[in-house]
Amino acid sequence: MSVQSPPAALTEAPAPIQKVEPAEKWRRLLMAPSVVPLLLWMVIPLALTIYFSFIHYSLESQAGNFSFVGLQNYQFLWGDYRFLTAILNTIIFLVSVLVITVVVGVLLAVLYDQDFPGKNIAMLLVIAPFFVMPTVTAQIWDRLFMDPIYGVIAQFLQAIGIPPIDWLQSYPLLSIIIMVSWEWIPFSFLILVTALKSLDQEQKEAAAIDGAGSFTLFRRIVLPHLEKAIGVVVMIEMIFLLSIFAEIFTTTKGGPGDASTTLAYLVYSLGINQFDAGIASAGGILAVILANIVSFFLVRMLAKNLRQNA
Amino acid sequence: MSKSALAKLGFAVLGWFIGALFFFPIFWIAVTSFKSESDAATASLIFQPTLDAFVGIFTGTDYFLNVRNSIFLSFGSTILCFILAIPSAYRMAFYPTQKTQSLLLWMLSTKMMPAVGVLIPIYLVWKWLHLFDTVIGLIIVNALMNLPIAVWMAYTYFSEVPKGILEAGRIDGATAGQELWHLLRPMTMPGLSSTALLLIILSWNEAFWSLNLTGHDSAPLTAFIASQTGSQGQTLAALSAASLLAIGPIMIMGWFTQKQLVRGLTFGAVK
Repeated sequence: MSVQSPPAALTEAPAPIQKVEPAEKWRRLLMAPSVVPLLLWMVIPLALTIYFSFIHYSLESQAGNFSFVGLQNYQFLWGDYRFLTAILNTIIFLVSVLVITVVVGVLLAVLYDQDFPGKNIAMLLVIAPFFVMPTVTAQIWDRLFMDPIYGVIAQFLQAIGIPPIDWLQSYPLLSIIIMVSWEWIPFSFLILVTALKSLDQEQKEAAAIDGAGSFTLFRRIVLPHLEKAIGVVVMIEMIFLLSIFAEIFTTTKGGPGDASTTLAYLVYSLGINQFDAGIASAGGILAVILANIVSFFLVRMLAKNLRQNA
Repeated sequence: MSKSALAKLGFAVLGWFIGALFFFPIFWIAVTSFKSESDAATASLIFQPTLDAFVGIFTGTDYFLNVRNSIFLSFGSTILCFILAIPSAYRMAFYPTQKTQSLLLWMLSTKMMPAVGVLIPIYLVWKWLHLFDTVIGLIIVNALMNLPIAVWMAYTYFSEVPKGILEAGRIDGATAGQELWHLLRPMTMPGLSSTALLLIILSWNEAFWSLNLTGHDSAPLTAFIASQTGSQGQTLAALSAASLLAIGPIMIMGWFTQKQLVRGLTFGAVK
């Protein structure tokens, strides 16, 4: 739903020469079922979010509602220590999950690019967590694994004489990072292992004959080949991770204190818990701006790709 | 043993170990769901299997209501999505104009808006329109969210159909309807049905909107599972049983859609 226009070069792409026929008028209408709803879905909510962010809008009391307050909502957010905490948490969360998923994803892609018995089944096991709904992920990690008394981790640690850890209380953000990484490593792995398949086997063999060791092979041939796919993984994950909500909502509720409050959770808690639609919208706009910076690069890359395939 | 056979064994051991590691939490849900609540509180593999937990969620909760909502939501949004997507994909693939590529990119870019950026207005508008806490409201949200993916996938599958076949059909006097049904449908069915599977999975697992836009009546499984708080350690078997049923079928579907998943979620940037 970003508001940028596609690169100009695209509109100049050569089009097949067509006769203007009467049927063409009707064919244009075929675009309406997808374009009109998407336009509404994109323009109206975004315009409303921008509008709300400049007015006083309490869902609780009517006093002063809809009065224009300029940048006050943004100023309030900026002055609120929770906002700075949320921004910091969002950055720590995003960077950690991205680094973990990409690094582990690349290593796993290389491993499962090798041939061994039962490889396909082992791969299915690695991919499985991506299909687990986020609230189930949150619940099983919280209550079956990270619980300090009943959790598998605590009971295992106790068996070898290490005192159990109350993960979600003591390390809330780290716990969320672990859960989300478990869900998204399969995604990056699946993309990267697919990309690796298109690497020319002969190129690898030629390099091996030239005496390249496995590390040189990895650094000089495998990594450069995966560069584009890694870019795609990073951008798509960023867009999804900016709105990560269910894992926090189900487990820590942003706490203890604000220790696991991210920008997405803050917007929810300001708007839907504390009924301040104006300030929450200002937070929403900041998330949109962040996402737009990312999607600008993603759309440029997709445009290049479309042109190559056309 | 030769060096390469040894390497193969090493890869196999490592590959299987990592697979087991990633799958372990899911395996553990399955194990716990067959325990009694008192056994579930200990991390032991030795226990008397029982179906109590399954009986409990079916008799003690509105589980059927949540399952029904999830099924309506995922199938309903997928059908709606296809109805909206197919005509446009058809037009863009077979009658492209100068604007087609920009239009396609614009559609993909709508997917890049973070949901949280429109949470407040959608929440309020859905309340005004009485769509809040209704399955139909969730169906609309999910269909719109997945629409760019559906258009994109249908467009790529249509584009792969050899142009000559359609022309031959037209020369033989096929109408547009016959062309769609007798030529395009059989040729693009495998691609489109796995796209449908992908959309079903995505909306089945979608949690951001289902947590924010539903109350009791329209809660799908995602919201139901989130509400299972209970005191720690006391309802683990019930939680596991409910979770296992919620993720089992969809995970098996997911295993069959790997290729479409890569294609659909990266918009063709990785194939």
